[in-house]
Order: sequence, then C-alpha cells, then structure tokens
Amino acid sequence: MAEPILRIRNLHARVGETEILRGVNLDVYPGQLHAIMGPNGSGKSTLAAVLAGREDYEVTEGEVLFDGKNLLEMDPEERAREGLFLAFQYPVEIPGVSTATFLKTALNELRKHRGQEPLDAMEFMNLMRERAALVKIDPTFFSRSVNEGFSGGEKKRNEIFQLAMLEPRLAILDETDSGLDIDALKIVADGVNALRSPARAFLVITHYQRLLNYIVPDVVHVLYRGRIIKTGPKELALELEAKGYEWVTETDEVAL
Amino acid sequence: MSEHVDILDQLTASDYEYKYGFESQIEEEVVPPGLNEETIRLISEKKGEPEWMLQWRLQAFRYWQTMKEPHWANVRYTPIDYQAISYYAAPKRKTQPRSLDEVDPELRRTFEKLGIPLHEQEVLAGVAVDAVLDSVSVATTFREKLQSLGIIFCSMSEAIREYPDLVRKYLGSVVPPNDNFFAALNSAVFSDGSFCYVPPGVRCPIELSTYFRINARNTGQFERTLIIADEGAYVSYLEGCTAPMRDENQLHAAVVELVALAGAEIKYSTVQNWYPGDREGRGGIYNFVTKRGICLGESSKISWTQVETGSAITWKYPSVILKGDNSVGEFYSVAVTNHRQQADTGTKMTHIGRNTRSRIVSKGISAGYSQNSYRGLVRVNPSADGARNFSQCDSLLIGDKCGAHTFPYIEVHNPTAIVEHEATTSKIGEDILFYCNQRGIDTETAVALIINGYAREVLSKLPMEFAVEAQKLLAISLEGSVG
Repeated sequence: MAEPILRIRNLHARVGETEILRGVNLDVYPGQLHAIMGPNGSGKSTLAAVLAGREDYEVTEGEVLFDGKNLLEMDPEERAREGLFLAFQYPVEIPGVSTATFLKTALNELRKHRGQEPLDAMEFMNLMRERAALVKIDPTFFSRSVNEGFSGGEKKRNEIFQLAMLEPRLAILDETDSGLDIDALKIVADGVNALRSPARAFLVITHYQRLLNYIVPDVVHVLYRGRIIKTGPKELALELEAKGYEWVTETDEVAL
Repeated sequence: MSEHVDILDQLTASDYEYKYGFESQIEEEVVPPGLNEETIRLISEKKGEPEWMLQWRLQAFRYWQTMKEPHWANVRYTPIDYQAISYYAAPKRKTQPRSLDEVDPELRRTFEKLGIPLHEQEVLAGVAVDAVLDSVSVATTFREKLQSLGIIFCSMSEAIREYPDLVRKYLGSVVPPNDNFFAALNSAVFSDGSFCYVPPGVRCPIELSTYFRINARNTGQFERTLIIADEGAYVSYLEGCTAPMRDENQLHAAVVELVALAGAEIKYSTVQNWYPGDREGRGGIYNFVTKRGICLGESSKISWTQVETGSAITWKYPSVILKGDNSVGEFYSVAVTNHRQQADTGTKMTHIGRNTRSRIVSKGISAGYSQNSYRGLVRVNPSADGARNFSQCDSLLIGDKCGAHTFPYIEVHNPTAIVEHEATTSKIGEDILFYCNQRGIDTETAVALIINGYAREVLSKLPMEFAVEAQKLLAISLEGSVG
C-alpha cells in the first residue's frame, strides 16, 4: 500500500489546562475519505484546528506526518501551501476583499510554492467559472467581499468552492453540514464527490450521519473524550445513527 | 485567549522602519529660536518682501498673540514651546539656480534617495516638480510649457514679488490670518510654499506636484500654498511628503488655500508620510494643518484626496465652502495610524449656494496603540436650497489596543436639504488572519490585501502613478504593524 497522506501518532493537545486530545492515532491514505464522528465536546473540531495549525491549541505529545513531513513544525500558511485545506465550521467574513482577489492571491501563493507561474487574469477567471459551477455558486459572488453578507449555506458552499479552486492534497471538512438545509447539503455533497480523486484524501468531521448518506466514507471513526475509540466501515455510521453514541461510549468506559 | 493577544502584539510591535530617515548634509542658514516681531521682520527681510507683506505678517502675529492653542481634538501631546523653535531655515547658495544642473549636488542626491529623480520625472512622468526642501523652493520645472498656457506655477516667495496683485487679492481670502491659532502662526512666519494660477478656460495638461520635506533640526515648517483656478479652468495638484528621522518633535503648521471660480475644478491630492515617531511614540512630526477651499463661482468643484500615514500627531480638516450655486465639494481620505500615532482628521463641508453637493468618504485604519478619529462637520445654511450631502465613515481596527472614533457633526438649517451619513467599524482579528493563513496567504500579505481592498475607493481617486505609490506606502506603514 502507498504511504499515508496523513499519519497521526499519539497526538495530545490542550487549551489552557484542559487536555482535549488524549492520544489520537490515525492513518489516511490517498484516495480515501475518512469520517470522524462523535458527540459534542469529544475533540473533533480541536483535531481539525490542531492539524491546520491554530495557535490556541498546544500540542503536548505525539507526531503528525503530512506526506512524510513533520506537520507540527510548519506555520499555518506552510501547511496550506503543502496542500492541507480546512473547510471552516464558521467561515469568517473579510471586509473589502473580493472573493476573486482573495482566491487569486491564495492560488498564486500555492503555485509559487510549487514553482509554477501565477495564472493570468483570463486563465484564472475561466477556472473560477468552471469550479463555481461545481457547487452552483453564482459568478456575481466573485466580486463580493469574502463571505460578507452570505447566508450560512452560501458560506459553506463557498468553502467547498475554495476547496475546488485550491485542489488540496488533504481536505478537512469541519462540520460542513451543520446549519445546512437538505438542498444545500446535497449541493455541498455533490461538490465533494466531484472532487474525490485517487491523489486526494478527505477527513470529514460531522456530528450527524445525515451527510454520510450523500458522501460515502471509506472509513468511519468515533472520537470520544479525545481518543478514537472505534473504527469501522461505512455501515458503522448507520449503526451509530440507530443506536446512538452511548452504544460505543459505554463499551469504551468498560475498556478504559 | 492570551495567545490571541500575543500574536497581535507581535504583529503590531515590530519596529517601524522609516525608509526616509536620513539627514542631508547641506549647509543651512538658520535663524535663532524664538518668536517676536523682530523675528518676523527678519524673515520678511531675508526673503526681500515688500512692505505690504511684512504688515500682513505682523497683523497675523498680533492676532496670534491673542489666541490660545486649541485642545478640542482627540489627541494628547507634550506642550509646544513656541519660543524654542527656529522659524526660518534656508539652504545657502550663491545664486538662484537657472536649471537643475545648477542645483546643489547634495540636494539632488537627497531627492534621488527619496526616489524623486527630477530629470527623469520631467521626461517620464510628465510632472512639473516644485521641490521644497525646508523652506525655500530650489527647483521648478516645466515652467516654460506652463507659461505658454498662461499658467503660473512658482514658489510663494516668487509670487509675492512677481504677481503681487493676485497674491494680495487671494492670500488669506479662504483662511483668514485670524482663522485659528495655527493659521495665525503660519500667516506670521510662513517660509515658502507653492503658488498656482490657472487662467480662464485653461485645462492644466500635467499634474502639478510639490515634494515637501522637513530637513533642519528643530525648525518649524510653515508652508503656505495658494491655488486659484479661474473661470472654467482645471488643475490637479499633488503633494507628497517624507521627512528624515528625528528625536525631537517637530511642529508643522501649513496653510493651503484653494479658490475655484465659476465652472472651475481643483483636485488636490496628498500623500503624507512624515516621521511618525518610534514604536514608543518618541519623536515624530506634529502636523497641525489648515486646508480649505472655496467654490466661489457657480458649478465649480473642489476635491480633496488624502492618504495620511505619517506624523506623530495629525490635526487636519481639508474643507470646502460651497458658495457658488451647483458647486461640488468632495473629500476622500485614508488615514493610517500605528504604534502611538494619533490622528484627528476629517472635513468640513459648508453649503451656502443652492443645489450644492458634497461627498465625504473617510477610511480610518488603526493599529498598535494608536488612536484614529474622524471629525467632520456638514453645515447647510438657510440659503442652500436643495443641498445634498453623503458621508461614509469607516473604521478598521487591527488588534485590540488601538482606538477608532467618529465625531460627525451635522447642522442643517434648510428643510429642503438631504444629508446622509453611514458609518461602519470592522476589525482584523486573529480569526481573519488565521483564515487567510489557512489558504496559504501569510499574515503580512493578508493585511495588505485587506487594507488595499478597504481603501480602494479612496486610492482610485488618486492620479495613477500616485495611487501606486500610495498603495506601497500603506503596505510600508503597516509593515510596522505586521511583523
């Protein structure tokens, strides 16, 4: 089997005095889509934030390799340039910066990192139009400030649009389904499915199984109290839906 | 949470690298510190002024003695000792230079360090540069071309000698010597400045430009500028400023007067980049300026555009008196403060004529521990039927130790007037910066991106080559805010 895109070993992280991740282990291989599920407060979003390099979290132990490189040593922008993308649970608004300008800057930073020439205005516009269609984003959004005045659903679609533009090696979706109605959920799922490829991996963090009806995972993990306590095939998500998290967490208490 | 704050501290703490912090070694003639009638007589004599000018100065000085320094602005500074300032400094030279070749080579090098190679500017940029180093104009270009159109563009000293009728008619007509404390001081001791007159129906074909530069230690700089656009004339004037690094605070109290007759238009653009002091707030320029224009004739227009990034303290309200019917006043401003800088700036639009219109777009950017205030007055007099004003005042905060303040005053004495005011405040917090980082954009680039987007509406009002310079300047000023 190929080398994993992401290898997490015994990852511990805390905010202030509170330890949130308590020994996470995970291997994600090219082409795979892993779902991370778990009850509120289990550490799902913390895992996403730590991988993206958010400074509020202190890693106290463990190792993360991204395509074999030490991820934890990199600045957030370096991680992004190496191909790590986070679709935010709460995308921020950036006043005065159009989506087009923002994405052009981001894409050209990534291209520079890869030793490629920046895209010219024409190539860039064509790429934007093509990728926007994937998530049914209207081209009038391009000239609007990033996320400013967008509805919750528009913001989430914009995250997937950015994912499509930046073509990451590893895409982490942090509760992208939260706050979406069923139509928006389908659009987002169609976008993600179109972007799945043998060279790319996804880490989909979700509280509900609902999203996984549309984005079918290769592997499902249950994160609980900062540890992955159960791993299984896609059917695990359905089982969790039917039986609730207590079904695994109770077993876990015994195992602990 | 403490790490949030730490990051923003780092971002705003790195030293401001003032690119223009050098001192040119030109021999200067400096009058000893102190201010009394003798000082004024000495200045007037050194400049070879006629008696009426001396009397005008002395009158202003007498007003000034009765006035008190204003303290209503939202700024704090140590008191200024007006007797410790030297009121005149002029580069020594034997004769008046006839061409650029005759200009002191050291002076030429100073301009080159500033990126103003005069000869190149003549040819490439099409800009006539009236370069003012300290107090005396040393080089004026494009004279002949302008003269052939009847346009007068020269130093104020020269205008007093050569065009006394124009000067006597308009000097002090917009900003009277007793207008305010700093205007009175300027009227008494002004050293030099620029004078421009555009005759009826003439459209000035080039952007007129002056680079002011404060050079001598402890020398207050008191520029006096007067621009007159006669009926149907058009002129665009650019003022750009840089100054060398200093420990002492330096007082700068300029006066700019604009007069637009019927159907005339004046565009006045400023990029102000004086030394703002170090990160602890030591040193830096005190910039107490009175800028005002009058739309004297029907359908005239005056437009102020300013990009303010420098000075320790800025006290400045470029204003328009809309006297002529259907006249238009505009004010576009970006004011950046970082570290310990303080700015209290804005505009006054006074509507007197019928169907007069004014537009105010103010963008304040505060970083570090700085304080940035917008202060504006829109006054509609009883005579101003159908007057309209639109004001947009936006504030952007970088970090959580700086302050943004808005003081809009609106006085409407005519029921047919329509006055609109919009204001927003936004903040570049760690969340936004992290979001940009996560897309591969480093923090410095992210801030530049946000600032340029935010200031776009104002930058687009600047002449092209100036807009590029201004955009660079914004990035440079905030290099200090984003390590």
